[in-house]
Amino acid sequence: MDYTGEHLLPGLLGHFFVTLSLVASLVATFAYFKSSQSKIETESFSWKNLARAAFITEAFSVLAIFATLFYIISNHLFEYKYAWQHSSRTLEVKYLLSCFWEGQEGSFLLWSIWHCVLGMILIRRSRQWEAPVMTVVSFAQVCLATMIAGIYFFNWKMGSNPFVLLRNEMDAPIFSQPNYLSFIKDGNDLNPLLQNYWMVIHPPVLFLGFASTIVPFAYAVSGLWTRKFGDWTKAALPWALFSAAVLGTGIMMGGRWAYESLNFGGYWAWDPVENASLVPWLTLIGGIHALLIYRHTGHSLRATHFLFLITFSLVLYSTFLTRSGVLGDTSVHAFTDLGMNFQLLAFLFVFLIPAFVLFARRYRDIPHIVKEEQTSSREFWMFIGSLIFFLTSLFIMIATSLPVINKIFGSNFTMGEDAVFSYNRVIIFVAIILGILTAVTQYLKYKQTDPKFFRNRIFWPTIVSVLISSLVLALGGINYQDHGAGFLGAIWLAMVCSIYAVVANTAYIWVGMKGKLKLSGGSVAHLGFGFMLVGILISSSKKEVLSWNTSGIFVPLGESKITGKAGENLTLVRKVPATMGNYHVTYESDSVNPNKPLWYYRIHFANKKSKEQFTLMPNAFVNYKGNEGLMANPDAKHYWDHDVFVYITSLPDPEKNKDTTSFRPQTLNTGDTAFYTNGFYVLEDVKEETNIPAGGLAPDDKVYLATLKVFSKNNTSYTSKPFLINKGGTLFAVPDTVTSENLIFQLNNVEGNKVDLAVKEPNTVLQYVTLKAYNFPFINFLWAGVIMMVAGMIISIVRRVQLNKADREIENLTL
Amino acid sequence: MKKIHIALLVLIAVTIAVLISFMGTLSTYDTVESAMKKKGKTVSIIAKLDRNRPIEYDAVKNPNYLSFVAYDSLGGNMKVVYRKEKPTNLEHSERLVLKGKMNDDHFECSEILMKCPSKYKDDMNQAKKNLQENAVAPPAKNSSTQYQ
Repeated sequence: MDYTGEHLLPGLLGHFFVTLSLVASLVATFAYFKSSQSKIETESFSWKNLARAAFITEAFSVLAIFATLFYIISNHLFEYKYAWQHSSRTLEVKYLLSCFWEGQEGSFLLWSIWHCVLGMILIRRSRQWEAPVMTVVSFAQVCLATMIAGIYFFNWKMGSNPFVLLRNEMDAPIFSQPNYLSFIKDGNDLNPLLQNYWMVIHPPVLFLGFASTIVPFAYAVSGLWTRKFGDWTKAALPWALFSAAVLGTGIMMGGRWAYESLNFGGYWAWDPVENASLVPWLTLIGGIHALLIYRHTGHSLRATHFLFLITFSLVLYSTFLTRSGVLGDTSVHAFTDLGMNFQLLAFLFVFLIPAFVLFARRYRDIPHIVKEEQTSSREFWMFIGSLIFFLTSLFIMIATSLPVINKIFGSNFTMGEDAVFSYNRVIIFVAIILGILTAVTQYLKYKQTDPKFFRNRIFWPTIVSVLISSLVLALGGINYQDHGAGFLGAIWLAMVCSIYAVVANTAYIWVGMKGKLKLSGGSVAHLGFGFMLVGILISSSKKEVLSWNTSGIFVPLGESKITGKAGENLTLVRKVPATMGNYHVTYESDSVNPNKPLWYYRIHFANKKSKEQFTLMPNAFVNYKGNEGLMANPDAKHYWDHDVFVYITSLPDPEKNKDTTSFRPQTLNTGDTAFYTNGFYVLEDVKEETNIPAGGLAPDDKVYLATLKVFSKNNTSYTSKPFLINKGGTLFAVPDTVTSENLIFQLNNVEGNKVDLAVKEPNTVLQYVTLKAYNFPFINFLWAGVIMMVAGMIISIVRRVQLNKADREIENLTL
Repeated sequence: MKKIHIALLVLIAVTIAVLISFMGTLSTYDTVESAMKKKGKTVSIIAKLDRNRPIEYDAVKNPNYLSFVAYDSLGGNMKVVYRKEKPTNLEHSERLVLKGKMNDDHFECSEILMKCPSKYKDDMNQAKKNLQENAVAPPAKNSSTQYQ
């Protein structure tokens, strides 16, 4: 059949480049492998040239795939399944990129692009390490290329190709018509949760973080493979730091996204998908510390190998966890099963098994120092720190892997009653230990430390920390009661240790580094880490729910039994102020985005005690594209020391909110009384005015203003002033609403004291929003801490790159 | 034995202790029937919403009270009470993972994880359904107007 209106060329190009990238990466892997194995220099060199050409072709193909797919999405070519499934015509341009990472194929592509970029830099910079390191990178590219290949081997489909046509993927009656495309008006659109600017920048950063973990892995493998043990560590250090900085940024950007757009009520929920990205970061940090120990003392080379190998393996394991659908029952935002589980597991094992077999076989040959580390040495405690990082990651990984454990052993475990606390009660002790180690270890010297020297230098930072901690504990009001006194004690202790980390590292920049910031990357990073801990501890333990529903405004009526515990949701009726914590809060009005059903709700906050006033505009997608119900985005008022954070949790159903009542006419004289459902009202006065200064009115046009006093059953009275405009004989009524009494008055005619009044008691559900509001104190410490930590890592990268360059120059001179 | 090895063993021992105590906090997946036998214990039940019975939620009366009926694959059904806001899309969920405790007359739920067809955008069946709806009745350009 000839289909009309299809654009098949981009798809053909896409398929071509997908195939080319697969072939080119295979060639690059093989050629780099031959180049590293070859003992003859000229032969190795010619293999290397071939490999480079293949890798550059591969990189070009991947970019071409990306460009083609982007063309398809941005031109709304819905004959392609990917565009149809992940985008729509109304999608704003800035979110077009997000369509890539909504689907699995696009996110593999993103990963692949970063490998290409990293590979190109490695080709330029890694010198004698190029061939073995690039063998590993090229091999990873082969694996990623298979993920988007979509090639059938007999009945087994390898990968999922982003260029498949919709009509080939689905059986629907419309595809029997040649002009089926004219029926497909629009795509499925991007999940509204992803329509957030953090979702545009967070995945590329996170994926660069994931992708870059391959570099230290590849160096470690190369070291084992070529038996040049330890030599690789110098070149790998800046890469490992880079990876840690980027992955850390990516994870915390995800936290920021969760904080700003998801409604977990925070930035971290120990969701399996979050854990899966944190775990490799922890082992990577452990690896960096082990590597530093090796560079300074010669110890820990085996641990360095192990930690870098496990880091990339954990990235692959995380990929399996989040993409296989195995987390379906435990995570809020895992991908669903694309039928690629075998392939994902294969991806993990083709790296894990050879790497660890190689590690095991070379283990005895890896140089190590027999002499024991002194307990007064820096390396001893750094190693303990690395170990803590590794064991923590092990704990988180096992807890996150429960669904996998269930699959393997046929058990049926799941997280307990309070999943978050199951993690927190362990992690709090990790924070205590890491806080102390971060504070103290830099004051120790490598090899061994003179106790007196150590005491002298650490004395003042310790005193200052004790003072600050005492102040914070005495005045900070950290009084977290949810999990008993023991946990509160642990929080206090962790608080003291984190403050110690902040103070001691700040001091070390002067005491140890004499204020030379260029050399203090480590201290700045540790300082940032300390700040992060402080921010996490305060913001979590002092997080305050503002919307505690204890007010008497909506006392639950008989049928809904309420327990003693108040709920976190509060319903605000439009224009009726309610009390929330220290604030009087009013839902003022709402408005809607002209292009999509995105509603904004104006919530006004006025502090009871001060003049502080502000308006927040949380928004929600209402009944968005078949997602009946709402998808809410929070809004927050940011202060330097706290955030007030609010989001919508429930709205009246708009379908049920249609008003079917009409105005009831009645004639009243001034002073007359009439009844309504919930009380009575009195017509107090009618005024007639001329010479109104308002625009558009002639001097003899009249305005009648009626004053009605409304007395409700519960002894509240209100005043309502509807008015009527007589413009050149034509009447315009301007009704007035008594919102809280659900009563609308309209003047229809006025003759002297006699008034034709129309009254309506609309039967619509009240206009209300239900919301949750939180106060997050000192959340900015967390964000500032992240920035400092990353800045510290960047300082270290710059310094290490310079040192390596200087080393090379010295080598060249001596040659 | 080196000190570092002693530290290593101690830390590994601590990790094992932590893991064992962590195992103690775990709960299990249950059916309605087996949860009935474990009254007061935290369990997770994979169930479906009974669409023939009313979902009780009135944000004006009490925004922190939701009640509905759910049934599991073995046909056991129970009244579920959840003292938080009604999760959006509850009506359209395909599957619910309910965590909580069984009481005498209802399941006191503390956490609901929903599996919705809309979240499963990779799910072909739903995609097909959407496509057919799209093809039959193209959505209005400005779908917001109908709610104003």
